[in-house]
Amino acid sequence: MNAELMNVTGEPIREKSEVLLAVQNVSLRFGGVKAISDVSFDIRKGEVRAIIGPNGAGKTSMLNCINGFYQPQEGQITFKGQRRDRMKPHRAAAAGIARTFQNVALFKGMSTLDNIMTGRTLKMKRGFFWQALRHGPAMTEEIEHRRVVEDIIDFLQIEHIRKLPVGKLPYGLQKRVELGRALAMEPELLLLDEPMAGMNLEEKEDMCRFILDVNQQFGTTIALIEHDMGVVMDLSDRVVVLEYGRKIADGTPSEVKADQKVIDAYLGVAH
Amino acid sequence: MFYREAGQFKSTYQADMAVFPIRQDRIGLAVILLIAFIGIPLIGNDFFITSVMIPFLVFSLAAIGLNILTGYTGLISLGTAAFMGVGAYAAYKMTTAFPGVNIIVLILVSGLFSAAIGVLFGLPSLRIKGFYLAVATLAAQFFLQWAFVRVPWLFNYNASGAIEVPQRLLFGIPVTGASASPETRYYVCLCLVIVMTWFASNLVHGKIGRSWMAVRDMDIAAELMGIKLLTAKLLAFAVSSFYAGVAGAMMIFLWYGGGEAADVFNIRLSFNILFMVIIGGLGSLIGSFFGAAFIASLPTIMKFGLPALGVPLSGATAEHVTFMLVGALIIVFLIVEPHGLARLWQIGKQKLRTWPFPY
Repeated sequence: MNAELMNVTGEPIREKSEVLLAVQNVSLRFGGVKAISDVSFDIRKGEVRAIIGPNGAGKTSMLNCINGFYQPQEGQITFKGQRRDRMKPHRAAAAGIARTFQNVALFKGMSTLDNIMTGRTLKMKRGFFWQALRHGPAMTEEIEHRRVVEDIIDFLQIEHIRKLPVGKLPYGLQKRVELGRALAMEPELLLLDEPMAGMNLEEKEDMCRFILDVNQQFGTTIALIEHDMGVVMDLSDRVVVLEYGRKIADGTPSEVKADQKVIDAYLGVAH
Repeated sequence: MFYREAGQFKSTYQADMAVFPIRQDRIGLAVILLIAFIGIPLIGNDFFITSVMIPFLVFSLAAIGLNILTGYTGLISLGTAAFMGVGAYAAYKMTTAFPGVNIIVLILVSGLFSAAIGVLFGLPSLRIKGFYLAVATLAAQFFLQWAFVRVPWLFNYNASGAIEVPQRLLFGIPVTGASASPETRYYVCLCLVIVMTWFASNLVHGKIGRSWMAVRDMDIAAELMGIKLLTAKLLAFAVSSFYAGVAGAMMIFLWYGGGEAADVFNIRLSFNILFMVIIGGLGSLIGSFFGAAFIASLPTIMKFGLPALGVPLSGATAEHVTFMLVGALIIVFLIVEPHGLARLWQIGKQKLRTWPFPY
């Protein structure tokens, strides 16, 4: 796995590509608790950007700021060159940001197919009247999107669970369906919150392959949070490290790995 | 053996996305429709049609309405009866103001008034959920029930305070009022219910239904898919109240033929419809029919069916027994099969598919 994936990392082309999302001096407080303080970093178009850090470092809060669940008190976030103030999650979705969750957030009562179809909601334009008829343009549209969804199902190799309710699927498959749902939105920026948490080695390898394929085939920019350092070092082009809400390092995997502050954060430091 | 999809291959997505993808289901549906349209008017007497079939249809429609809100979108409402009342009064006001307009059109339009009121009382649903929302809709129930009695404009300042359904013709045949025959009223109810069920089925199987279920199952993720929570919830309230409103108008115009509407649309009716949805199956259209058949016809069967079979049971006792039975069954259902009769139906079909070799 290592030898193959290593080729992907550190390609010089990536260094030059434009900035897709810039986080500038963002601070987020919950009452007196500072979740994020003065963090700046950027995500370039087409790269795999990892956000790592010990538990409680503010990684998930950072993602929540990016897709509009939280409003940072200070600082600004620029996506595709546009500065966003009060961002709502559905507006972030419309702008092209998709997301998976740390603990799977699927629609449990719906089938795999319906879950992924939900990802197409924003792309479906037919209104209430046609939906109530479910014939003519509404049906044409439904079929057109079903075709896209079937491609995603094919890509993720989940054909066999197409019609099963997702609540009853094993955890690894649920994570895959959730990735599929995010992909159905055809996002420009895909945020993955611990896509490999709780998986066994084989499932992790599958997920790594899917992430790389998404990045390379569809050209989707990916920001991921992950605790498995092997995965992070192999997959990502650049890594940003947070600790207690502060950024302590930013750079290529090899740079970060050698950084003394990062080693201290993970291994602890003698006093 | 007879119910099996073996050999029925889907070659288009359209065929795969059909509401009834299995041929035997479509045949079954056709048979049910044939019985409903031809069999029941032929066999059933006036009593059967007026006190079993018409109530069943009216309650089915109301249950579908509540199921869209509670079963599909996950918002509990205890104001269904009030929204039904809005439909009934709107239909009454409109048909007295514009006597020339087709009564079917007015019944459908009265649903729009109900939808508007439903949206108004649905506004808090963005902020509150679960029990708290149930209490908020309870406010709708009490307020509207109060209005039905205290605002005489609603019943045209009748001395009796009741809705008096006037006679209205459709193609020269009386459909409402005293001289409308049970068969005519039954056919009108049946057509309305079929058409509206078809619309409901289309809605829940498409984009809108998916966004409702997404809101129900995981509202955070739904928002992330670009679904606006307020819009989705209010749309559910609107559609649900529309169905309730039409059911209410049908109830007064095609079933009761008038009466003290304030007494009819009380909290007990709201609860009854909630029971129908729960016993029938949350998030299932066919479950709404099962639930309505069960709750609406059980009292009639107890009251008239058992004496007819020779079981001595006085009217009052039958009523008490019905109460106890419905209560006990609700508890049994909540424990044994929380997904209701619809799930039992599904399990039955699954068993039938593999019968006689279930391995």
